[in-house]
Amino acid sequence: MLDNLIIFVLAAFLGTEILSRVPQTLHTPLMSGANAISGITVVGALVAAGMTQGPWSTWLGFGALVVATINVVGGFLVTDRMLKMFGRKQAPPSQVDASSAAQRTDGTAS
Amino acid sequence: MKTAIIDLTYLLSAVLFIFGLKRMQSPVTARTGNALASLGMLVAVVATLFLYEILSWPLMIAGVVLGGAIGVALARTVEMTAMPELVAIFNGFGGLASTLVAGAELAQYVGGGRLVDPEGFGIVSALTISLSILIGTVTFSGSVVANGKLSGWVTGTPISFPGLRVLTGLLLLGAGGALGTMLAAAPGFPAVPGAMIWAAVGLGGAAFLLGILLVIPIGGADMPVVVSLLNSYSGLAAAATGFVLDNTALIVSGTLVGAAGMILTVLMCDAMNRSLANVMLGGFGGGDGGGGGLDVPEGKSVNETSPDDTAILARYADSVIIVPGYGLAVAQAQHEVREMADRLEAQGVTVKYAIHPVAGRMPGHMNVLLAEANVDYEKLYELEEINSEFKSTDLAIVVGANDVVNPAARTDEGSPIYGMPILNVDEAETVVVIKRSLSPGYSGVPNELFYADNTKMLFSDAKEAVAGITESVKKMEEA
Repeated sequence: MLDNLIIFVLAAFLGTEILSRVPQTLHTPLMSGANAISGITVVGALVAAGMTQGPWSTWLGFGALVVATINVVGGFLVTDRMLKMFGRKQAPPSQVDASSAAQRTDGTAS
Repeated sequence: MKTAIIDLTYLLSAVLFIFGLKRMQSPVTARTGNALASLGMLVAVVATLFLYEILSWPLMIAGVVLGGAIGVALARTVEMTAMPELVAIFNGFGGLASTLVAGAELAQYVGGGRLVDPEGFGIVSALTISLSILIGTVTFSGSVVANGKLSGWVTGTPISFPGLRVLTGLLLLGAGGALGTMLAAAPGFPAVPGAMIWAAVGLGGAAFLLGILLVIPIGGADMPVVVSLLNSYSGLAAAATGFVLDNTALIVSGTLVGAAGMILTVLMCDAMNRSLANVMLGGFGGGDGGGGGLDVPEGKSVNETSPDDTAILARYADSVIIVPGYGLAVAQAQHEVREMADRLEAQGVTVKYAIHPVAGRMPGHMNVLLAEANVDYEKLYELEEINSEFKSTDLAIVVGANDVVNPAARTDEGSPIYGMPILNVDEAETVVVIKRSLSPGYSGVPNELFYADNTKMLFSDAKEAVAGITESVKKMEEA
């Protein structure tokens, strides 16, 4: 329990650090992508539904599996659909003024 | 050994999620980031399937196929304008999954269904399970109502009734009581299951109603905040489930999502200069300003204009800034706007877009719509980037935006939107506002911009008006 709490707090700081630098343009894909990641509950559903013999836990777990999979598959696909549109670029970088270009490329060094 | 392998694979997927999210910092890398994150998910699912002893394979496969098919169908068919609705309902599914997993976990102990560690139920288990049910269910019912408000089957007008606050308070007490009962029943569980099960069901019921009451008093245009907050909750629900199952992958990923939603929530609140508490207490403003007429208040006058006149203004301008708002999404006018911009650019006019953080119904809503219409994201400017440029701009075209360009936010201390950062379109030499009527924005505050000397009103549907301007520019070229 204590270990889990430590992981939770550290992950919260890490998440804040990484995600506060996401530009406004990508806020919607960030949300839907994060949404898909929160479908990680699918793992919990597999464990709950797949490793039990009781009918209640099996069916509750099965329900969880279905909705979590919708979340994962739908979330990642729709995010990709959006990001594909953002990827289309026509204008050469020289058309953008220097200050905003610097701001926008900031943090892409990963 | 086996648990070590499982833990390490979960660690790998957590790392992939983190790298994936980091690549969301730029539109150039974002798509591969999303692919990395989905790879992380695949790793976690495959590891779970093969490393745990799954008993009911056919059922598991059926669940994944069914959920996957629904997910694909939703993702493929959704209109970009309906993205807020989809994200809202996905948030809800995340919450529901957490509740169901917590319920399944509880049910495992009853009737000897649990195969792993059947004696291990303690007060910590009761606490984590109850939190998972509480957060998951609030997220679920809140998101369903948010989806309803966004897609119109629940009114966008804030719903309130006498005693709403009291009822919310009572439900909170009820939920607290149920949670306490679950903790108290933990030592006797699962030998004496009755109290625990009923308390869990009661907690779920109270949380369900709480989620509804949380969202109904909030007005349509505050939806960016609500959707962000529910996004955060859906992450926290997954993290809570991680505590239940003692699963690091769930805790890390859920927390990352929780942080993402929280950051967006704070950004949205800042962009409206209101506190989260103020938004959540709700009752702010009316619906989407659908009604309202063309009545000009006494002592004010309106300069009306036509698509043809606007086309002349735009054609001979050096620089034009387009300010989109929710009206653009409603009219689905993004493609027409892009065509107009293309025409103007072909005539040597510099065209930029100014995007207010809360324009639309979710964070980044306008950016997605314009990206769909193939507008280069380099031409979309955030509030701080562009506000100084309006002074030197010949023409600002406001397409279906209202409160985010209301100068009262700067000047009128008595106004409910005073202090909200706005786009200073009134500083442009000429402003053309495309709008159906003079009705106030969703905040219910009249907009002085409409009566300003340098403002011209183009009373029309956004799509028709913009298409009209484009047509007119085209004719001028040919002439």
